[in-house]
Amino acid sequence: MNVLEVKNLSFSYPDKNILNNLSFNVQKGDFLCVVGTNGTGKSTLLKLILNILQKQNGEIKLLNTSSEDFKDFSKIAYVSQKATSFNRDFPATVEEIVTLGLYSKKGFLKSYTKEDKQKVCSALKRVGMYEYKNRKIGNLSGGQQQRVFIAKALVSSPEILFLDEPTVGIDIKAVDSICCLLGDLNKSGLTIIMVTHDISSTLFHSNKVLVLSEDGKGELMSSEKFSSNSISSHLHHNN
Amino acid sequence: MEIFTLAFMQRAIVVAIFISIITPLIGNIIVLKRLSTIGDALSHSCLAGVAIGLCFSLNPIFVAILFSLLAAITIEYIRRSFPNYSEIATAIVLSFGVGIAAVFSGFIKNSANFNSFLFGSIVAISTAELVTVVILSIIVIITMLVLYKELFYISFDEEGATLSGVKVKTVNLVFTILTAIVVSIASRTVGSLVISSLMIIPVACAMLVSKSYKQNLVLSVAFAFLFTLTGLITTAFYDLKPGGTIVLIGIFTLLVILFVTRKKR
Repeated sequence: MNVLEVKNLSFSYPDKNILNNLSFNVQKGDFLCVVGTNGTGKSTLLKLILNILQKQNGEIKLLNTSSEDFKDFSKIAYVSQKATSFNRDFPATVEEIVTLGLYSKKGFLKSYTKEDKQKVCSALKRVGMYEYKNRKIGNLSGGQQQRVFIAKALVSSPEILFLDEPTVGIDIKAVDSICCLLGDLNKSGLTIIMVTHDISSTLFHSNKVLVLSEDGKGELMSSEKFSSNSISSHLHHNN
Repeated sequence: MEIFTLAFMQRAIVVAIFISIITPLIGNIIVLKRLSTIGDALSHSCLAGVAIGLCFSLNPIFVAILFSLLAAITIEYIRRSFPNYSEIATAIVLSFGVGIAAVFSGFIKNSANFNSFLFGSIVAISTAELVTVVILSIIVIITMLVLYKELFYISFDEEGATLSGVKVKTVNLVFTILTAIVVSIASRTVGSLVISSLMIIPVACAMLVSKSYKQNLVLSVAFAFLFTLTGLITTAFYDLKPGGTIVLIGIFTLLVILFVTRKKR
């Protein structure tokens, strides 16, 4: 079953064409890595899918709904590239930040219940951050913060998790542990779509790779094919 | 202690309590959204409204609210043109407010009335003004409590809030209106020139000691309450200007907390 369908998607900024007639599908349970050199439109693609950017041409269907009409926010979750570059002095605890992730389920005027609190605790346990729930978010390391943001994304029990460069600015040990965590989440049935530069750490856990090239085209392939392909070495070389 | 039995002092204390609740509630979001200078821009625009109101014999507080609102909307509009230099917008609106206030203040017959908005006159509040402050404050408090989740989310991560279904534009607009109201009513009481300090200093003090968002909010209200009430009492005994006294007590407390927390680190 397709959870994401992208058909003939094109997008350009005033000074540059980014995506050119891109088409691909993502199925339930997939772990898709979107890779490409700088400026090939990886983050732009994610923002178009999530309707943060308005698409110009083509069609995007998220869980069988056109991306512009998609309103079922609790079924998707997004960990943005900015997640680790937020204001470090922001006075909020880990628990408070993860609770924000429940908004898509609760909505306006409904307050959080004891059950919600339990959901927050179990999301924190799932990413191994429960012991830190009363710590200020700014006092954690980059890797720990990223785990908290993943917990915030997971707390609403989404069907698809989108991540934009979740390993940027994190030490190599934390990168491995986050990739393993994502692999485990995917094994438990969560569909993951992740933009990454660090394909070497993630390839082992993903099953599909979408390679974006500088001409705006994209090629979807299995992770096995990607790893045996010369493109992977080209990308590694560029990174 | 006799002074506290006088009607004007009792009115001042009631107003002080409400002002010390609403200013940090708004200030908290302003600081966390990194828009600390917006209070200055709005209070100076509000001064322009006061000057025009007094010139044309209109209710200065309502004209001030109108001007603060226009200023807030203008700031938002200019900010979109300079997304990476948002402070340009506050500087432009602040200068515009000062310009209008300066020009029109020359035509005000009773300049003492205008001066009372510059540094506030919390002890000269009439019963009608007291009622206005109380009603508007209650509206602000209820709205801020209703929008607690949304404002917290937006001030932490606006994009994330949008993707979670928060109606960001509507919430931001409501917040802008509340800010304009708070700046205007607080101008009359603590003064246009010090209102932004009362919005920011209690929040800054709270940020140095708080351990969570909720605690930060509660502590900033507590600090504002402490500064305003201490300021008012000091004013009563030493015949000082209330607005300035309140802010100076706030600054002094902030410096003490900074010193103590630095030492602890």
